[in-house]
Amino acid sequence: MSTALLHTGTHENQTSLAKKKLLPYWLLAPGIIWLTIFFLVPIYQLISTSTQTQGYGIGTYVQTYRFANFMDAITSSKAQLFRSFEYAFLATCFALIISYPLAYAVAFKSGRWKNTLLVLIVAPFFCSFLLRTVAWEQILGEQGFVIKTLRFLHIMGAQGHLTATPFAVVAGLTYNFLPFMTLPLYASLERIDIRMMEASGDLYANALTTFRRVTVPLSMPGVVAGTLLTFIPAAGDYINAELLGNPGTKMIGNVIEARYLAIVDYPGAAALSLILMVTILILVMAYVKRAGTDELV
Amino acid sequence: MVDASSSAHGDLILKNLTKTFGEFVAVDDLDLVIPEGSFFALLGPSGCGKTTTLRMVAGLEEPTSGTIFIGKSEITYEKPYKRPVNTVFQNYALFPHLSIYENIAFGLRRRGVKDVDDQVQKALDLVELTHLASRKPNQLSGGQQQRIALARAIVNRPALLLLDEPLGALDLKLRRAMQIELKWIQTEVGITFVHVTHDQEEAMTMADTIAVMNEGKIEQMGSPADLYDNPQTSFVANFLGQSNLIKGSIVDSSGESAVVDVFGTKIGLPVLRNHAHDSSVLVGIRPEKIRIAPAGTQMNGNILEGGVISDASYIGVSTQYQVEMPWGQELMVFEQNDDGTPPLSKGDSVVLSWSPIFTFGLAGDQDVNAGSEAHPESE
Repeated sequence: MSTALLHTGTHENQTSLAKKKLLPYWLLAPGIIWLTIFFLVPIYQLISTSTQTQGYGIGTYVQTYRFANFMDAITSSKAQLFRSFEYAFLATCFALIISYPLAYAVAFKSGRWKNTLLVLIVAPFFCSFLLRTVAWEQILGEQGFVIKTLRFLHIMGAQGHLTATPFAVVAGLTYNFLPFMTLPLYASLERIDIRMMEASGDLYANALTTFRRVTVPLSMPGVVAGTLLTFIPAAGDYINAELLGNPGTKMIGNVIEARYLAIVDYPGAAALSLILMVTILILVMAYVKRAGTDELV
Repeated sequence: MVDASSSAHGDLILKNLTKTFGEFVAVDDLDLVIPEGSFFALLGPSGCGKTTTLRMVAGLEEPTSGTIFIGKSEITYEKPYKRPVNTVFQNYALFPHLSIYENIAFGLRRRGVKDVDDQVQKALDLVELTHLASRKPNQLSGGQQQRIALARAIVNRPALLLLDEPLGALDLKLRRAMQIELKWIQTEVGITFVHVTHDQEEAMTMADTIAVMNEGKIEQMGSPADLYDNPQTSFVANFLGQSNLIKGSIVDSSGESAVVDVFGTKIGLPVLRNHAHDSSVLVGIRPEKIRIAPAGTQMNGNILEGGVISDASYIGVSTQYQVEMPWGQELMVFEQNDDGTPPLSKGDSVVLSWSPIFTFGLAGDQDVNAGSEAHPESE
């Protein structure tokens, strides 16, 4: 009797052990299925499309493994590709310059207003990205107060305009991705132990030196996260260039959109998309490696 | 930049120093002189104002009123980075992004010192961690981080080194070892150490002079032996070790030894050790100074009869007794287990005695238990 009980006991233990081993896979399953359907399959299609050539009739393509598609794409869209990274870089720099003092103030100087300010920083997300960009078109437009003020102050002549300029595109990019810079910066600054600054002051560093030698290095994880979260979407964006720019400010996103929807050149669009992805991946990897943030606590 | 080694030197002098946070008075009209080159401890329970005092000296907190001098130069409102003062912070506050070497070199580089390398090496030698120079702080153990924090401060040769609960985060064994090491280092470098702690044993092991703080004021200041043997307030008597305080009244104070009546028994109290203002007195005696014997035994000195043992705990080197006296008070007695007689047991009738020279007298209007709730051992 007792041996029988013992036996079933061990058996049950073994089955529950096996179940335990499978548990992680069950937990991962929804994510794996999701990624397979909506990431791996599309990526495979994208890669496959990028080497196809025109078949019989518009919009039909056959696989011919034509790797020259990539060279063609680069040659024809070099300017836009370069411009994308240039604008994204500028927008990232401006966002960093605006966000750092903002995040610093919220983290260290806001007192009881901290939560209110954080809600205000996130507030733009309550309105759609597209709508906000359209609104910027109005703000910078002929009837907007910005133009009127600049003209009133004679900073800008009667013929001057702000929309349809590179300035408007970079400004739009900066504005739209600002919270992605501010929030990681805030998180990283807020985590800094105030005693680090006190210790720095105690060790003969004045406020500026403390900021340079202690605060900035300790906020580097936030700087890296913020710049990546701003740079990556900004480089692939086409809404800002479309609504706030002119034909001379087209970015790579606009070219890809046009090839897919207007020209119906699927292989060209796919090739450009892959080039954009790989370039960003290489830039990001080089950047993270150089920033060397993994050693920071 | 500031050259700490050649600027202000001398005693640390606090005059009428006060700090209030809203209604709360953290430090209350404090007057204190800490002699140059001494190892000084500010001892008190949490919230007594000791850390606030330290932060005002470091320049991290601005006094509400009063002045701070080092020797002849006033530093009351000087920026922290201009003071010849360095701090070993609680939890060390080492810079996580810098190597151990760069942590120690930080102050030297800010002051534009020439032989950084040489001085950092010397500081590392002093704390015996030369081999860890290239590590990051988070790769070090608590004890090692503590020593690096010390090296980072000491390397600047300040006029004054402040230590804010420096050993609080270490385990007991390491704490004991570091107490001895800190004392040795202080003697070696000759810098004035001001040490803030709530641990009476830590203060007594290291400091030349201890100031016991309570509610923003200094209760008593003196050498560890002085404070322990001759406390002047019930707070000090209870916070530093343990005491038996018995209510009594002085009936004759004409001789060198006053006669005190405690619940009908006359006992002797040296006049020089009496701090009561009038005849109402708390007679104090440390538990280890009392001898205990079965009732009826012939005893000398101050004798209290009629006690009954209510609790006895044998702890190896000694036996600790709780003795209930006829007036209802329980007295503590620590008896060394050094005479071969078996310990007495619970319920035994006993007689207590001690040499009158160990008796101290406190003002009778004080709380008998003041300071015992705040005792670190009961935390």
